[in-house]
Parts: sequence; C-alpha cells; structure tokens
Amino acid sequence: MEFGLSQEQILLQDSVNKFLGDQVPLAKVRQIATGEDNDSAVWKGLAELGIPSLLIPEAQGGVDLGTVDAVIVAECLGYHVTPSAFISSAVMAPVALMAAGKDDTLAAIADGNHRVGIAFGEAIGARRDAGILVDGTTLSGKCLFVLDANADAYLIATPEKSLYRVRADAKGLERNILTTIDKTRPNCELILDKVEGELISDDPEVYLQTLDAGRIILAADTLGAAQSMLDQAVAYAKQREQFNRVIASFQAVKHMCAEMAANLEPCRSMVWFAGHAFDELPDKKRLIACHTKAHLSEVGKFIAKTATEVHGGMGFTDLVGLHYWFKRIGANRQLLGTPELVRDEAARIQGFAA
Amino acid sequence: MDLSFGSEYEVFREEVRDFIHQHKDKQPNPAEMRSEKTLAWQKLLIDHGYHSRTIPKKYGGYGAEPDIIKSRIIAEEFSAEQINTGLSGQGISMLTPVLLEMGNEEQKQQFIKPTIHGELLWCQGYSEPGAGSDLASLTTKAELDGDEWVINGQKIWTSTAHIADWIFCLVRTEPDAPKHQGISFLLFRMDTPGIEIRPLIDMTGKRNFNEVFFTDVRVPKDQIVGKRGQGWLVANAILGHERGSLAPPDVADARLNGVVDLMRTETIGGEKLMDNPVYRDRLMQLQGRAMALRLNDMRLLSARINKNQDVKLAAMIVKLMGTELRHEIEGLAIDVMGEIGLSYEDNPYVRDKGSWQFQYMFYLGLIIGGGTSQIQKNIISERGLDMPKEPKVAKSS
Repeated sequence: MEFGLSQEQILLQDSVNKFLGDQVPLAKVRQIATGEDNDSAVWKGLAELGIPSLLIPEAQGGVDLGTVDAVIVAECLGYHVTPSAFISSAVMAPVALMAAGKDDTLAAIADGNHRVGIAFGEAIGARRDAGILVDGTTLSGKCLFVLDANADAYLIATPEKSLYRVRADAKGLERNILTTIDKTRPNCELILDKVEGELISDDPEVYLQTLDAGRIILAADTLGAAQSMLDQAVAYAKQREQFNRVIASFQAVKHMCAEMAANLEPCRSMVWFAGHAFDELPDKKRLIACHTKAHLSEVGKFIAKTATEVHGGMGFTDLVGLHYWFKRIGANRQLLGTPELVRDEAARIQGFAA
Repeated sequence: MDLSFGSEYEVFREEVRDFIHQHKDKQPNPAEMRSEKTLAWQKLLIDHGYHSRTIPKKYGGYGAEPDIIKSRIIAEEFSAEQINTGLSGQGISMLTPVLLEMGNEEQKQQFIKPTIHGELLWCQGYSEPGAGSDLASLTTKAELDGDEWVINGQKIWTSTAHIADWIFCLVRTEPDAPKHQGISFLLFRMDTPGIEIRPLIDMTGKRNFNEVFFTDVRVPKDQIVGKRGQGWLVANAILGHERGSLAPPDVADARLNGVVDLMRTETIGGEKLMDNPVYRDRLMQLQGRAMALRLNDMRLLSARINKNQDVKLAAMIVKLMGTELRHEIEGLAIDVMGEIGLSYEDNPYVRDKGSWQFQYMFYLGLIIGGGTSQIQKNIISERGLDMPKEPKVAKSS
C-alpha cells in the first residue's frame, strides 16, 4: 500500500515546475493576460514535455499515463497560474474521444498541434439567451463560457448530454471572446447557425465521465493555485515589518496562515485520490469527483481571500499580481458546476435527493 | 498510488471476520469498565491479537511484530460490525506506550499487564488551574524526604480520578531549574493518604472530570519514570499519543452516517429532513470535509509504511481539523431536528439517547482540551510553516 506519488510522478512534477518557473514566470503570464502575447508558445513548450499526450495511448503517439499524472500537472499549472489549454485539450477532449472510441484526432492532440475546446455549459444548465438545438447533423444556437478561445475544434454537449464535434472554422460558426475575471485562460462564446457537427457520442455516460475528469482537474488547479497563495503569504509575512517586528511573528497573522495550511493539506490527499478513483474505482469515482470539486472550491475561496489579507494593501495591487491567483481560483469555482450544484449531484448519486 | 493491501492481508481479514462472527455474543456493554464480562472480553481480544497486539508477551500483550496494515484491518472490521474494541483509557493509550519506551524493567513488569487487562485503572495528573496551555509552568511540587517524595498542589481536568487505582502525574522536583527541566513523572496510588478528589461537573451535566488536591502525599522515591527533571520529555511523548487519537476519522464517518439516518427518517411538517435542500447541502459539505480528512489519514497511514513520505504538516493538522469537524457534525444533527434537537437526558422525545447534544458539547471540550485549537495553530505556523514565535513579554514585577 502506498498513498503517494511514485518516483516517476515526482520527476514529472519537477520537470513541469522547472519549465514553468523558467519559461512562464508571472511577467510572461501578464503579457498573455493583457493581450501583448498569446499562449501558443507556452502550449508548444508543454507539448515538447509531452503534456498534451499524457492520457493518450501509445498507439496514437501518447504516453498513456493515468489521471493521477494529469492531476499533478494541473497542480503545477495552477501553482504558476499558467495560461494553457490543458484542461480542455489534454484532459477532457481525450477522455471524451477515447470513451467514445473516436481515435482520429488523438495523434494531433497529442502533438499539441490540434487544440480541442469544451462547450459543456448548455448541458450543465443552459442560461437565458443560450442553448443548442440539433437538427439532423447541424447545430444551431449559442454556447456560453466555452473553455479555450483559441481551439481548432470544439466538443459541444447538448442538453440531452450528447456530444458533437464542430470545427472552429466551420461555416456558420461565430466565436467571440468573453471577458471574465480570469484572463489567464480566456473563455469564448460560440454562436452557431446550422453548423455541421459530427456526433461523437449519444451516451450520457461519455459526457458524465468527461465532466468528472474536468472537475477533478479544476480542483487540482485550485490546489496548486491555493498552495502558491499560501506560500506567497507566508514569505511576505516573514519579510514585512510593522511595529518593529516581522508581521509573521503576530499570532493574528500566524493563525490565518495556519488555518490556510490546515484546510489545504487534506485537499492534497483528496485531489490525488480523486485522480486515482477516476481510473480505478468506477463505483465511487463520480461521488469523489463531485466532493473534490466542491470542497476545493470552498477551501480555495477561503485561501484566496485570506492570503490576500495577509499581504495587506499590497495584496490588493496589480503590482504584486496576487490577483491572478485569486481570479484563477474564482474561475475554477464557477466552471463546470458551482459548489452548491455539485453537492446537489453528490446527494443525488447517493439517493438522498430525487 | 497503490491502495490495495495485497492478498496475504485478505487472508488475515478473513481470520478477523471469523473471530467476530464466532465471538460477538460475548461482547460487554461499553459502559461497564470493571465487570467480569468486560475483563473476559478484554482477555479474549488480547489472546487473539486484537488488542495490545504489539506489546511483548512478557508484559502480557500478544507479542506480534508491528504491522500497520493488520492493525488497520482489525480496526476496519471491528468498526464495520460495530464490535466492542476493548478497553481504552489513559493507562492503556497513553501510559503503556511511555512505559514501554522510558520505563525501567521493574515498572514494565509491574504495571503493563494489569493495565492492558483492565485490572488497573489510571488517571492523568497534568493540567493545573495555573498551567493549561502553558503546561510546563506547573507548580505542584514534590520534595524528597528520606526515601519518599512529599507532594503538595492541585491538578484539574483529571478524568476518571474517582475510579482510578493509580495516577501518572507531573510534578516540579527541581524548583531552581528552567521550567522544562524541573519536572518529574511520578506514579502513585490514588488511595494514598492526603489525596482529595472533587467532581468537576462540565457543561454536559456529567462528571467527565475532577479536581485532585494533594496535601503532604508521601510516595516511594523509586516510583518515577525516567530521571529527575526528565518529566517534560516523557509528557511530550504521551501528548503525541493523545492528539492523534482525539478525533478518529472512522468515528466521524459513523456519526455522519447517523445524521444521514436521522435525516432520512425524521420529518418536520410531514416533510423528510433529507428533502430540505438547505439541510442536505450542509450534510454534503460536511461529508466532503470528512472525506478529505479520511484521505489525509490514509496518507498518514501510508507514510508509516513508506518512510520516505513527508507528512509533517498532514499530521499536525489532525487534532485541529478533526475536533472542529466532529463538533459541526453533531451540531448539524441538532439543527436539523429543530426543537426536538433541544431534548436531553430524560426527555421522552430525545433521539439517540441524547448523544447528539452530549457529543456537541463534549467536542467543544475536546477542541479546547489536549492543546486548544489556538495552540494547534501556533504549532502549525511555527513548526509547519516555519514562522517565528511571538516575542516573549518581560514579566512585570
């Protein structure tokens, strides 16, 4: 019995952290967030490390690793608030395509040359002014808050939980970037007017499995981002002096940091376990994915606020840039089901609600 | 990630299950601490290696090699069938490990066997009215007079003092030494002349604790564990044992399942409590938190098997998070029951014998006891996050 990372997983973690630390520091994140640059060079660098191919079988040019490995990478990306298409193109799309037995684009995804975005909002709960209608093989309507504004193709979930694939350059498809608080991973809307789509699967299980994977990855991203905020808060408190003392020696500040650590530490086991369960425990994985998404959303929210407060006024400035992590955690909370919604699903899975 | 225990352990699991099915009719009521049935059950458990498993045979234990997975399997199977796991108490869970580590051969021979067999009951004399979080400032003193220690002072929060045969007690023997180096760890009988016990009724209405007063209590000189002035080291070894065991995740899960049962069976205005989405959401929040803590515990278990894993912080947070979680689980049960949740003691409408109210209050006690939540946060920030200690304030004269 070993509940922890293998040597290979620790190596993976180290190499991704090294790449992100060297090549994608906060200054680079800022350039991408403010539109001076885009994320294609980052994605190319991650592709050289094999990141988009993690979950893809060797036959399609992938490295055929497990969900725990994907979770570790997501944790690193969250820690560095890295702009990337990881959740959509490296995790959710491969999970969906493999579950549906559609291998045709996996090799291109593995290379990093073909980015697939995810449009699940209309299945999770369509909003006013949105919704998707299918007529034969064409799709019309609107999808909001689609993951990855720069993808080459999209997987669209219908309210019936069928999955369709459309090309980003398809006739009748309009794509508009939606400004959100999180500028590290731009969202978009898709407006479809009789767009030719390919049915990937009409089995709701394929949709649900993909959703589970996405929720686990968002939780892992929050774990990394929250860990970074805690580390930054502790480091700041140790050098900032007031009343002739470093503020890290005040109990009020120490207790804020201890509460963050105490809430975050069990999350590490939970996120790892959710990755393990996704591959190994089919009966339990959905409940665990729901709880992990909801719990990390709550802990993340607490840490985002508290770590900012430890920084005092500087935490509120653009200069320090802590807000990139605050917003990343905030976005992870709202995407693919808010905590209340996901906990309601957890209750339904257990037969506690109709 | 490998969470399986392996096939050789599944054979062991079957043995445990067989034992349970064969003997479960013999288990006593947990409230009886000294009945014949309790002592017989305790002996049966030790003889089969389901209690005192790794304590050497010569001290009355089962004498097995330490095997964390086997211990875990025993705990899982007993918990699944809700089988009485035998006696606990401070003599068994705290003093015995310390005697094994720091006691002399004579003390081990004399005390361990009757303690683990439930024939010798102990209480712990640590806290004092003036020494709570700052335990090392304790002032109960012991002075050597010939071959005897003469003890004067007062202890508080002494659970089971009124039924204990013996006490393990921290006393100041070196008044001129720095406070941590002036303490000794003594063992003595509770019927020694000069000991007065007064019940301390707490908010639950029960006598969970006592105050113990010492007036010229004379104790043989050799009833000391470790050397003079080493008592603080001994005490810290014991506190380590205490903190981890105050809020076990298995019990939190069982209590949470109890709330599920309540919410599925109780109704208010004809509506099942479980059908109330606000209550249900609170239940799900706690279930998520309990899941995270249980998995944290699994990681700690794994680190005891795989020595290369660093779990320092994961271990430090258990007492803080576990006791706070239990308090909230018990509190949810009370909230969902509405006015029925107020019922206590002999109220004919009380549910589950009033255990929800009792545990809700009792766990507030555990949030405070064994190192308060605030002390835990000091430990986490100083030892876990490497933040500096609060500067010492000069004592005003």
